[in-house]
Amino acid sequence: MDFSWMAWTGPTAAFFGVVFLLLLGMGVWEYFAPGGSPRVGLLRFETTRGDRLFLSLLGSAFICLAWLGLVGPNLWWALVLCLVYAACVFRWV
Amino acid sequence: MEKTWNNKAWFMVLPVLLLVAFSAVIPLMTVVNYSVQDTFGNNVFFWAGTEWFEELLHSQRFYDALVRNLIFSAVILAIEVPLGIGIALAMPRKGWAVPVCLVTMALPLLIPWNVVGTIWQVFGRVDIGLLGHTLAAMGVNYNYVQDPFAAWITVVVMDVWHWTSLVVLLCYAGLVSIPEAFYQAARIDGASRWSVFRYIQLPKMHRVLLIAVLLRFMDSFMIYTEPFVVTGGGPGNTTTFMSIDLVKMAIGQFDLGPAAAMSLVYFLIVLLMCWVFYTVMTNYGQEKD
Repeated sequence: MDFSWMAWTGPTAAFFGVVFLLLLGMGVWEYFAPGGSPRVGLLRFETTRGDRLFLSLLGSAFICLAWLGLVGPNLWWALVLCLVYAACVFRWV
Repeated sequence: MEKTWNNKAWFMVLPVLLLVAFSAVIPLMTVVNYSVQDTFGNNVFFWAGTEWFEELLHSQRFYDALVRNLIFSAVILAIEVPLGIGIALAMPRKGWAVPVCLVTMALPLLIPWNVVGTIWQVFGRVDIGLLGHTLAAMGVNYNYVQDPFAAWITVVVMDVWHWTSLVVLLCYAGLVSIPEAFYQAARIDGASRWSVFRYIQLPKMHRVLLIAVLLRFMDSFMIYTEPFVVTGGGPGNTTTFMSIDLVKMAIGQFDLGPAAAMSLVYFLIVLLMCWVFYTVMTNYGQEKD
């Protein structure tokens, strides 16, 4: 099957690969600890770990955009910031 | 009672998953791939990295269109939601007038977007349109082709005419589901009309209102066809919303890379706003229940 029309590149394939692995990881986590571990955190409403992953990914996208707009094209530090942000979301939200 | 867990049921979701993959996920992946490349056609692509995103985030044209979109959505929600609730409250609950009102309300929803645009384009024209001609005869300076304010009024009134019915029908569905016993209890307690609305009708409508606000926000934030047909984004760029700008960029200029970057940022903004609306409204409901 020819997928050249999708214009794949190495970095975008890696990006989607990581997203796919994250979803797979969440599935495995859910299998071993079902129920989504709901809790009320910093935002004062109940979130499950799926909500926390969604918030991490969405927030990371905006962190990268803000970095591109305000700092520059080198996104490695933005990635570090995203990981810290995701860790905070999973710990406190 | 112990809840039965059967994970094999997840296989029932597979057809939907495949359908969504073909209709949404694969096109979205392609847009992501396009956003980091440049092309001149013939399926030949050149790596551009984050260049298009940087260009977009420093573009005044993008921020202008974004602000226009936000103002438009805020105005639409501020008009359509209270108006929809008001009309739904005023509609009859029984008798022959119910189907008449429902069908009348549903009529604008059945008209395709481009037809609505064409209707209002003709309706608002000063030379042949009923509205434009009448306003001109009354001495009102109304010309949506030249005056940005008139263009905005036309686009907003057109959207209100087209979509308030959706809010009305959803609110009406919420209202008719309230049991008569609630109203009887309110009458016994001597509740005022406002108290009945505030403590019985509004809480019972909040789920349908959530759907109405989400649908109207998403639709108004992604509006394309009606303003494109009526004003074409003009006069100047005053009614050029993000979707119109996006199509100009992607199809008019064939700048697929920048257009893909813009559509991703557009998508992220819609996703964020919907999450905020959904979270706020569902949690507000839970506090009240």
